[in-house]
Amino acid sequence: MMGMMAGNTSKVIGLIIGTLILIACVFASIVFGATDTGWQEAIEAYTNFNGSNEHLIILTVRVPRALIALAVGASLAVAGALMQALTRNPLASPEIFGVNAGASFFIVVSVLLLTITSLSQFIWIGFLGAAIGAAAVYILGTIGREGTSSVKIVLAGAAVTALFSAFTQGILTLSESTLDEILFWLAGSVAGRKLEMLLSVLPYMLIGLFLALLIARPVNTLAMGEDVATGLGQRTAYVKLAAAVIIVLLAGSSVALAGSIGFVGIVVPHIARYFVGIDYRWVIPYSALLGAILLLLADIGARFVVMPEEAPIGIMTALVGTPFFVYIARRGFAAS
Amino acid sequence: MNRDIVKRYISLRCAAWPVSFLVERRVATVSILLSVSVAAVFILSAGMGDLFLTPLEVLHVLTGSGEESQSVIVTTFRLPRIFVAMLVGAALAVSGAILQGIIRNPYVSPDIVGITGGASVAAVSFIYFFSGVLSIHLQPLFAFVGAGLIAFVIYSLAWRRGVTPIRLVLIGIGFSEGLRAVTMLMIVLSPMYAASQAYIWLTGTVYAATWDQVFTLLPWVVVFITAAFLYVGNVNVQQLGDDIAASLGSSVQRDRVVLLLISVVLAGAAVAIAGAVGFVGLIAPHIARKLVGPSFGGMLPVSALTGALIVMLADLVARTAFSPLDIPVGVFTAAVGAPFFIYLLYRTRKQ
Repeated sequence: MMGMMAGNTSKVIGLIIGTLILIACVFASIVFGATDTGWQEAIEAYTNFNGSNEHLIILTVRVPRALIALAVGASLAVAGALMQALTRNPLASPEIFGVNAGASFFIVVSVLLLTITSLSQFIWIGFLGAAIGAAAVYILGTIGREGTSSVKIVLAGAAVTALFSAFTQGILTLSESTLDEILFWLAGSVAGRKLEMLLSVLPYMLIGLFLALLIARPVNTLAMGEDVATGLGQRTAYVKLAAAVIIVLLAGSSVALAGSIGFVGIVVPHIARYFVGIDYRWVIPYSALLGAILLLLADIGARFVVMPEEAPIGIMTALVGTPFFVYIARRGFAAS
Repeated sequence: MNRDIVKRYISLRCAAWPVSFLVERRVATVSILLSVSVAAVFILSAGMGDLFLTPLEVLHVLTGSGEESQSVIVTTFRLPRIFVAMLVGAALAVSGAILQGIIRNPYVSPDIVGITGGASVAAVSFIYFFSGVLSIHLQPLFAFVGAGLIAFVIYSLAWRRGVTPIRLVLIGIGFSEGLRAVTMLMIVLSPMYAASQAYIWLTGTVYAATWDQVFTLLPWVVVFITAAFLYVGNVNVQQLGDDIAASLGSSVQRDRVVLLLISVVLAGAAVAIAGAVGFVGLIAPHIARKLVGPSFGGMLPVSALTGALIVMLADLVARTAFSPLDIPVGVFTAAVGAPFFIYLLYRTRKQ
């Protein structure tokens, strides 16, 4: 499949245009919101800080929030792209594979039962939960009689998600005092996070994104099918393992930072492939870029949709993503 | 006629009416055993709690000769709760059995394909928008309409020169994710009290059930489980696959709509009263199939009994094991259901 942009030159130009749009989105995210600020104020907050409310809001709320949305969007989208390539399943994505539910469950348990509050511990628990969730879904989806099938993996994912969320809900109902706060985090949000929180997960995200680019070529081979890849001399087990580690790094740190944000991982890779075709050396950077843009836009939307209150961003992405999921399900499985 | 076949069935004939049934011995035995278990759990559960009653004392209360104080606790607090658990379990199990039959996939259930999600959104929006404005009795109606509406939408979206089971499942899963988001949105935005109320309900609980709820639920469950029985032959035909079913003269798509409707009403009614009690619709039909085989004539009643038993037991554990905490019953059905689900997937490999 060729994408909309055929030549390498147009793909590079696309990347540059995308980056410009991304920068515009970051600025929009810093400027728009319940407290109105202007471009100038945003810049002055850094160059000529005067301690005003607006400047404080920009420094401590808006900028961290925009950067977190950017990082989380890019990470989730790349994780989704790798999952779709690995499983050759158009519906594969972190939330379908139980990654979000697993990480959420483990984090809620550790917050409420073990009273862990520091983010550095959060991250490792998030990774652990993400890995357990994904492993459970993958194993469940592959052990059956007729081998791996798209439908079975999606079903296994739904069941594992249902299990983890039932437990999470059960634990939460026992501790009503913290319910409100945790609910907001669970639903996925980039609001109220501090810059330090981003900085402590950023290394994992950057390593994940960098490794994802490195692994793009073997993933291309693997995406042609297990048999073809083996026939071409690839040790598929290593590639799969490496991809799994990258997925856990990216998705786990995203959930630890922003809670469960669905549908970015499923929608964005499809859009990226629409633009650049199936070469993952292009799909991955495009996914990162588009994922970041999508999440920034969703976050701006979340501020305005139920003014004066704010909706969790995960809800915005789910509302956009559901029709898309239905579209893929209708189209992708019409033949089977 | 083959004697073995004759021996496997018991025929029930009625002298006055032109009605007769052939009941498989195995189904009869299993049904009786399950009914006895349901009755036993019923009596045990009615006696357990802060005030412990022996089964004999419970029987005294039930026959009207118990002590006044014991009677009050059992009849006003415990019995309605047990009845609701029983009805909810039976309704979800039959709903799941029908879904698995028509979708021909052993891993689907009302909670996985979005029907429960639709009912949840409607019920939570009732709490959010109309709590204190409209009578709480209208909540089931909302949940009902929500379940029906979503089932209709999912069904129409899955339609593409007929509805294939796989499309129905995938679109249902996509929808249940989106519906979860909408439900969360309302919970997050609602005032604190309403939020925790809605959240507990969402996990599935029969806490503080009343006789009112029992009688709201009862007609729906009885009527539609009966309807399911009467329509049983069509499920058996559907299981053969679309082509064979059509060549046997079954109008596949129409039967599928009717059966889906029955399934939606049963799940909607259960969710309306008890919230999203998960996994019962998934596992009860499997246990039933294991006990009496895949033919729906025997499978449906056994599913209903199994489902009732599961939810009653889960509720008994949920309210006594961690006393004084009353844990939502949905947590325990999930705790039992998930390992069972894994076992199911594992077992299909060995066949």
